[in-house]
Amino acid sequence: MSTTTSADSNRGPVVTDLTTKSPYERRTHSRGNFELWSWLFMRASGVLLLVLVFGHLFVNLMTGDGIKGVDFAFVAGKWSSPFWQFWDLLMLWLAELHGVNGVRTIINDYTERDSTRLVLKTLLFLSALLVMVLGTLVIFTFDPCIDPNSTLQQCTGR
Amino acid sequence: MSVDAPSKKPIAEAVEVPTFQITLRIERYNPEFDTESHYEDYEVTVHGTDRVLDALHTIKWDMDGSLSFRRSCAHGVCGSDAMRINGKNRLACKTLVKDVNPDKPITIEPIKGLPVEKDLIVDMEPFFDSYREIMPFLVTTGHEPTHERIQSQADKDRFDDTTKCILCAACTSSCPVFWNDGQYFGPAAIVNAHRFIFDSRDEAGDQRLQILNDKEGVWRCRTVFNCTEACPRGIEVTKAIAEVKRAIITRRV
Repeated sequence: MSTTTSADSNRGPVVTDLTTKSPYERRTHSRGNFELWSWLFMRASGVLLLVLVFGHLFVNLMTGDGIKGVDFAFVAGKWSSPFWQFWDLLMLWLAELHGVNGVRTIINDYTERDSTRLVLKTLLFLSALLVMVLGTLVIFTFDPCIDPNSTLQQCTGR
Repeated sequence: MSVDAPSKKPIAEAVEVPTFQITLRIERYNPEFDTESHYEDYEVTVHGTDRVLDALHTIKWDMDGSLSFRRSCAHGVCGSDAMRINGKNRLACKTLVKDVNPDKPITIEPIKGLPVEKDLIVDMEPFFDSYREIMPFLVTTGHEPTHERIQSQADKDRFDDTTKCILCAACTSSCPVFWNDGQYFGPAAIVNAHRFIFDSRDEAGDQRLQILNDKEGVWRCRTVFNCTEACPRGIEVTKAIAEVKRAIITRRV
């Protein structure tokens, strides 16, 4: 083991001293299959998202009036059906978790210090929680007639 | 080639191998005097058939004896002289100068991700530590057979590709995941685990798979293919890593 220090930061972790632990020594040995499941989840959710996202795009843009038909009433109409509620919920959760897991690996790959990792991952998970809770809430508590003067078909019929 | 072709061209007319001038731009670092590495240019006259290693020898033997690099067999088998030549990990003894654009200065740097000790010499210990962790030896139980452990050709072919590894570290030191914090086992360790995991005579495959199921194991591979590109032995490294991943999934899930 060398006792030299290299100031070149591009050269990987610096071995500073014989007495200090080598930065290459694996800090922890992980138990369990978390990384295995996360790897599998990325593949499975990726395939599923292809179907969900392109199905979503097709229904919104290719059928009916296309892009011109997408407005508040269109979304209200879609979410009155449990099928589209479930579709959008699944899409939201899978896309969010897929993205979060991807960014988590990027953080693992590019940050150099554990403290930086902790801060970035905390921010990441908090933002994901916010998006998923808010999104789920909107999908299930969505009220098309929230405006009392609404002229929507579903509301005027009451 | 037709048989009478050489008779039309007498041997005396054989063209001499051309000699040309090249510039080697070598990253130098001397721990006794330098705080940072720097580049030095060397003008060398080389033969058309010379390898980069021959050019380095010319510098070390005739121009600047302080230049340090590793090499042993000089014929692409010992795996000592892996270095970054024009930004790519290669063995200096297997790279012809004429193949690395000798019109421009050829940059030569130590392999990345491992601590530089001097000039082109890096500390290989972290690399070998990972190698030792995957138990690179045959593990068997029961009585020792009185003859060789017989294996069919098909069983041998299963892991033949990964037996070619010479532990030069060209793959591991080309991996961006390894560059970051050096915690990742690295392609070389996984390739050598593959060599035993898929060996029909070995009995510790599950143990090795468990070792590589670590969070710093195969799951840190991003299939960048840098390792496959860097391997001077032409091992399909990324494919081997994918096979280990699949083996972990099918045996542990």
